[in-house]
Amino acid sequence: MELKVTDYLLYLDGVSVAFDGFKAINSLSLTIEPGEMRAIIGPNGAGKTTMMDIITGKTRPDTGDVLFDGTVDLTQLDEAAIANLGIGRKFQKPTVFEMHTVEDNLRLALKGDRRVFSTLFWRDSTPEREKIDRILDTIRLGHLREASAANLSHGQKQWLEIGMLLAQDPKLLLVDEPVAGMTDAETEATAHLLKEIAKDHSVIVVEHDMAFVRELDCKVTVLHEGSVLAEGALDHVSADQRVIEVYLGR
Amino acid sequence: MLTNRFLAMLDARGRIFLGVILAAIVLVPILNLVVPTGSSLHVPTWLVSLMGKYLCYAILALALDLVWGYAGILSLGHGAFFALGGYAMGMYLMRQIGARGVYANPILPDFMVFLNWKELPWFWHGFDMFPFAMLMVLLAPGLLAFVFGWFAFRSRVTGVYLSIITQALTYAMLLAFFRNDMGFGGNNGLTDFKDILGYPVQSDMTRLVLFLLTLLALALCYILARAIVTSKAGKVLVAVRDAESRTRFLGFRVEHYKLFVFTLSAMMAGLAGALYVPQVGIINPSEFQPGNSIEVVIWVAVGGRGTLVGAAIGAILVNLAKTTFTTGALAPYWLFALGALFVLTTLYMPKGVIGTFAEWREKRREKAVLAANASTTPAE
Amino acid sequence: MGAGNVPGRHPEREIDMPTFRFPSDRGALVAAARLLLILSLLLPLGLTGARAGALDDAAALFAADSFSDTAKAIDLVAGADAPHADAILEALADRRLFVSADKKLVFKDKAGAAIDALTGKKLAAEPAGLASVRINNRLRSAINNAVGQMTLQSPDAAKRHAAALAVYKSRDAASEDGLRAASRVEKDAGIKTVQQLALAAIIATAPGKPDIDRLTAIEVLKDQGDRDALTPLNLVPAEAGQGVKDAAKAAVAEINNRLALWSGVQNAWYGVSLGSVLLLAAIGLAITFGVMGIINMAHGEMVMIGAYVTFVIQEVIRQNYPGLFDYSLALAIPASFVVAGVIGIAIERLVIRHLYGRPLETLLATWGISLILQQAVRTIFGPTNREVGAPSFMSGSFKLGLLDITYGRVWIVVFALAVFLAVLALLRFTPMGLQMRAVTQNRRMAASMGIRTARIDALTFGLGSGIAGLAGVALSQIDNVSPNLGQSYIIDSFMVVVFGGVGNLWGTLVAALSLGIANKFLEPFAGAVLGKIALLVFIILFIQKRPRGLFALKGRAIES
Repeated sequence: MELKVTDYLLYLDGVSVAFDGFKAINSLSLTIEPGEMRAIIGPNGAGKTTMMDIITGKTRPDTGDVLFDGTVDLTQLDEAAIANLGIGRKFQKPTVFEMHTVEDNLRLALKGDRRVFSTLFWRDSTPEREKIDRILDTIRLGHLREASAANLSHGQKQWLEIGMLLAQDPKLLLVDEPVAGMTDAETEATAHLLKEIAKDHSVIVVEHDMAFVRELDCKVTVLHEGSVLAEGALDHVSADQRVIEVYLGR
Repeated sequence: MLTNRFLAMLDARGRIFLGVILAAIVLVPILNLVVPTGSSLHVPTWLVSLMGKYLCYAILALALDLVWGYAGILSLGHGAFFALGGYAMGMYLMRQIGARGVYANPILPDFMVFLNWKELPWFWHGFDMFPFAMLMVLLAPGLLAFVFGWFAFRSRVTGVYLSIITQALTYAMLLAFFRNDMGFGGNNGLTDFKDILGYPVQSDMTRLVLFLLTLLALALCYILARAIVTSKAGKVLVAVRDAESRTRFLGFRVEHYKLFVFTLSAMMAGLAGALYVPQVGIINPSEFQPGNSIEVVIWVAVGGRGTLVGAAIGAILVNLAKTTFTTGALAPYWLFALGALFVLTTLYMPKGVIGTFAEWREKRREKAVLAANASTTPAE
Repeated sequence: MGAGNVPGRHPEREIDMPTFRFPSDRGALVAAARLLLILSLLLPLGLTGARAGALDDAAALFAADSFSDTAKAIDLVAGADAPHADAILEALADRRLFVSADKKLVFKDKAGAAIDALTGKKLAAEPAGLASVRINNRLRSAINNAVGQMTLQSPDAAKRHAAALAVYKSRDAASEDGLRAASRVEKDAGIKTVQQLALAAIIATAPGKPDIDRLTAIEVLKDQGDRDALTPLNLVPAEAGQGVKDAAKAAVAEINNRLALWSGVQNAWYGVSLGSVLLLAAIGLAITFGVMGIINMAHGEMVMIGAYVTFVIQEVIRQNYPGLFDYSLALAIPASFVVAGVIGIAIERLVIRHLYGRPLETLLATWGISLILQQAVRTIFGPTNREVGAPSFMSGSFKLGLLDITYGRVWIVVFALAVFLAVLALLRFTPMGLQMRAVTQNRRMAASMGIRTARIDALTFGLGSGIAGLAGVALSQIDNVSPNLGQSYIIDSFMVVVFGGVGNLWGTLVAALSLGIANKFLEPFAGAVLGKIALLVFIILFIQKRPRGLFALKGRAIES
């Protein structure tokens, strides 16, 4: 049994990364509790996407610790290994498999054995189909099950991607700008859905839309120039003088 | 149950394709052997051999389509795997010559005697046994593909970079096989074969049987490829092709999938090469020419990338055109035609013959559905 | 090596000759020279009487047809000092010397006409019963020596030089006196050096020489320091004193060191030369592939077209204005740039433009274009190699230490670097370069700032193609101009660009030079083909280690 270093689900400490001398992330420290929902806001270039890249293994930090579940050092693993640990990610620009049907998109995301030979000899099964049905209901795409993902609207693609996250059933969800390009009604529904998910998952949401963040009603972290500027309830951070400066000052 | 799965795996296109192959397996021997020579329906043996050659190309194209069409790996080095399989077969055929060579050496092939070699190089041992040679037909290209792919895919070399280094790979092989001291006959390659499994290579019957075997191999390769692309692994491959990094974030080991399909495809190419060599009677380093490998890509593109059947049809169509051109007065213009084919296909028919046809049919069907919908339900 | 001891020859140092020491003051030197002149004028006169007799005796000995008699006869002919004596000996070496049935000595010239050996006059008819005089290998070398002796003082400088070289190689002690005599009157410093070397080689190896002379000889050989000097140094006779042997051994070691150094320098130079060819071929690609991201498989054909433009211009000049021949390359440079550039722009406008964002399709389409261009050139100019001549300032070579450097190679290196710097300056300092960089970095932003991106695309591609055309001018000087010219460079060029790092011209420079040098250093160990294979394998592995090349850009921008 490995000794847990920390009780946090996700633990970032003193993480820095530089691209050609430019410090995208500068000694960033951040912790997420199991079952917590966290919103991360910050101006362009604050390092939000780079932080996600580090957590999901796309970018290796120059220094610092990134621990998952208190035991696993994420800086040593690649994307696939991290995904299989139970960290799911939704991208800023919705990326679904356009050539596949909505159903196949979910099927690929569905938790299960991801090795070549088990997918090669994979057979359809009833529990699997039922699970896909449930997710299709949740993301309201049941009627488009057979449609090719390329033909979905922008909002539908966002939802399909969230559905794929659900199918993965991860312990931690990283959601990058889930409501970009959505109508107000869709935004509201998305907030509702995320809150629903957060009941039994940890979720990190990166978002620009303040109304949406308010809707989420969770702890907020403000990033600026690669490190944490302020943390707390939305009302608390939006009253913070430095945060106002960063957003409005220049 | 198994037949059900088999049929479910095949689409209409595949059923027609396999049906045509089956028909050819039955009809060609009759037209070749039973129908008298004078009849207009008679298929002469040279034509059988020519078709056999095209079918080998079709298998090669199928192999390439599996990696390019479904996994997005544009290999410009599949000719190398084809040639390796061909060399493995050629080595078996050389050993079968025995003492009937010009120098009548029972062990050493003529070119080794000519080079004053005293004994067989280690890698020539075992090739006198047919089963071993057949194993090598699959293993030699498979191993090369595995080692190459293991390095390339693990370090995430993708897109045109991968294409360029596969081209460099086949170019390096070309240079290597041109060398006499490599032990593969240098410039002249391997030729003057006498017999295969005791049957004379040149005889009409052997040629017919080789043709039938090639047909069978094409059918089996198609079924195997189809089984892969319709499985969940096939869906993963398409996912890799269209959004590689997304697939990774879903937890799939992209490099394993690529390695699997690349190695399998290389083995298929090797098989095609092995069937090709006894039918054309020679294998030499020119098969490693980078240009050859790129030509395979155009076969696939003409037929329709990512359709399997299209790849095979494209290979046959382009080579039919090549034969027609290069045997007539138009010979000097063949390269113009081939070049134009590359340009026009990529510009105006990116989906190839099959894809364009399917698209046209799809559009017609959609129109029909729309028309039907319009008549039953009013617009929303 | 001491600080003052510069490698190379020391023309001022001469061997002290035991039989004749150079007088130290100028007056005596002039007097001696005058004496020599008189002697050399008198000698032939004094020998006139003996000449006919010597050849007669020789004829009798040749007729006896035994190897030992023939050997004596050779000495006699050599001493006879007849104007055609060397022709007789050369005929003997070529088995063109005959004894007729009536024991007359006859030789045939190379055309086959019979000549009387005694008089040197052509015979009207070939005498009957000619039997050729037989020789063996020992006699052959005796003949060579004898001819060498006779030609040492030939009025023809080239012959003298060759003769001195022959003695240097043969170290025949019998030539020593002749060599000294020749050296004393020699005016040409280059030939004199060779004569001195030959003397040194004789003195170092012949038995019975005083050690002090041997030491001087070893010193001279050591200063020469080339491969030929090693042989006599290794052949110092056993009777020599320990000091001489040690000196010889030290000299051998020093020469070997120097040879190793120079062979390294030579490899480096050949490598730089090959590297600059690679650089020329790759710069254009570094722009189209590296900057624009277009895989242009027809790049090699642009090089080929540049070479053919050079050929055409040279032909026109050769036929119409032969006096301007030396300027043909100067004319070919702008012409090939423009022709290849215009063809490049046409390709971009007609084909590539429609394929942006689809790199694999671009690769296929441009491959098709390359086939068409090749076949077009084959149809117009034929499939065979075309000859492109070198202007006078590019032919010939000079010696640097032990290195022969041809002017052609030097010019290509200079040309490659000039093109490289010009492109660098163009990209960095001109408005067009600025716009190019802007478009490649952020197309939409550039477009919204009023840059006509489509025009910039075409011009950038034209620039890359035009530079390939320039490479063709240079390659026409060192490679066969044939429709396949481009094919042999396309893979190498891609390797250079990929190895150097895409989008980085300096990377291309470093990659081209290092690949060129690595290739030339591998060749002696692995042979040309294996060396090339080794490099290809290395690059294949390298790309997998660093997929973005030597000088990769980092960061999020390149991920997309």
